[in-house]
Amino acid sequence: MTVVPRPDGTRERVSPPISTEAEPFWDATRERTLLVQWCPACDRGIHFPRAACPTCLGDVLEHRPSTGEGVVYACSTMASPGNPTMSGREPYVVALVDLDEGIRMLTNIVGEDAAAVAPGDPVRVAWEPLEDARHLPVFVRIKA
Amino acid sequence: MIATDPFRARTAIVGVADAVDPSGELDGTVRSLEVRMIREALTDAGLTIADVDGVASCISPGWAPSLELAEYLGIAPRWTDSTQTGGSSFEVQVQHAAAAIAAGMAEVVVVVYAATPKSSFKRGTGGFGSRQGVLAPTPSGEFEVPYGMRMPMGAYALAASRHMYEFGTTSEQLAQIAVDSRTWSSLNPRARLREPITVDDVLASPMQASPLRKLDCCLMTDGAGAVVLTSAERARDLRRPPAYILGTGTCTTHAMVSEMPDLTTTGAVVSGADAYRQAGLGPSDVDVLQLYDSFTITILLLLEDLGFCPKGEGGPFVAEGVLGRGGSHPANTTGGGLAYTHPGMFGIFLLVEAVRQLRGECGDRQVEGAEVALAHGSGGVLSAMSTVILGTEATR
Ligand SMILES: [Zn+2]
Repeated sequence: MTVVPRPDGTRERVSPPISTEAEPFWDATRERTLLVQWCPACDRGIHFPRAACPTCLGDVLEHRPSTGEGVVYACSTMASPGNPTMSGREPYVVALVDLDEGIRMLTNIVGEDAAAVAPGDPVRVAWEPLEDARHLPVFVRIKA
Repeated sequence: MIATDPFRARTAIVGVADAVDPSGELDGTVRSLEVRMIREALTDAGLTIADVDGVASCISPGWAPSLELAEYLGIAPRWTDSTQTGGSSFEVQVQHAAAAIAAGMAEVVVVVYAATPKSSFKRGTGGFGSRQGVLAPTPSGEFEVPYGMRMPMGAYALAASRHMYEFGTTSEQLAQIAVDSRTWSSLNPRARLREPITVDDVLASPMQASPLRKLDCCLMTDGAGAVVLTSAERARDLRRPPAYILGTGTCTTHAMVSEMPDLTTTGAVVSGADAYRQAGLGPSDVDVLQLYDSFTITILLLLEDLGFCPKGEGGPFVAEGVLGRGGSHPANTTGGGLAYTHPGMFGIFLLVEAVRQLRGECGDRQVEGAEVALAHGSGGVLSAMSTVILGTEATR
């Protein structure tokens, strides 16, 4: 899967904290694999990972590989950084992406054509390395 | 009018106060401002601190807002509420207080708020204006903050993005909301921004988080306010005409914007329906609106969700200036969070102005014949919605 290098002259992103429930999610990012937490009883995906399904409160949950593809639900270009580690990347795109598995993630749209992204555009996961060998899932536009 | 709901008009707001300065700054600490607001609101009502047996506060420097406030005031309340839902906390606390008073658990409740983000930021003492950067082990820290969304405006920008995509809403239409605010603030000597503006002015202001520009966004100022509630029976003997609480409703749908089920529809659909049902009223009965305007898009969504226009038609609805002075739906008659004041949480000011409009105290910005006022708080990132419908003696 695509690795997106950190832009020249920018800082390492702060590493996201790892909750107990999201350990499988973050572990898989070391291999650049996107997992979706799944409730077999409801047959639906869950994001963010939880100790119990937010539909049935069941705690027998698993993680399934995502296709890594989805559609932009909404997007906004930040004219200035939302936190100090993003300094130098502006302007950059923050988006909500609806994955094929039916979950929605907040993310960035990256790549040369990111600025022109719009709701409804198809996107695919890409990976930005984090300092602890994890990767942060970001998305690139899929060419029509 | 069918008055069947057991809570309808059983309680009233009988005292109000707010402190706002055109400089955007206030003298005094947060605590001193809270105490001043409580004193002024009680004086307004013709009550004293000895009458107060309930307090509500949603922020404190410590761990228990209403507890610490009661200690500072030197009182031993039999009812407290520290509910925190962001900017709508005060509408939620009014709902809770009205229920408590109607149930006999308290008789006189004060709801208070003060914040000094602007002067604290200038003094370098932190406060609301300080930047995030440390990632707390929360779902937001884990799954949102790493992506650098500006908060809170980025979340509202996503909602605007989706509304434009689904319904064809335009930046010009959003801009008209900010233009209308100035038709009111220009009449309000305490407002921070009083210069009239045009749609072009809004469109020419710097882009912050697309599609939201600087003039689509609320202010960052100091500010403080308080309201006093009591039973309808006791209200009739006090100094001011009571603003009866006709109906209330609350609904929270999420904390993080990535968990919001539908970015074009808020919990105001539920909170508004509950408040209308309790009041026995509908949108066409409302004479003056006080709607939380953290951003122009917030107003647009609230107008749709509270039934003032159909879903998706907010853009064309606001485009002709209906919210401004002389419009069919006078809204945010102080100038609102966009032009009057916005100390991080605007909800208390919505209630204070709603009451003043019903009393006919608003001078140049008075809406003639205002008998029913709707105050609606929105907290978090369109997360926590709370509606309070108030009425005069004639509509109770
Ligand atoms: Zn389930």
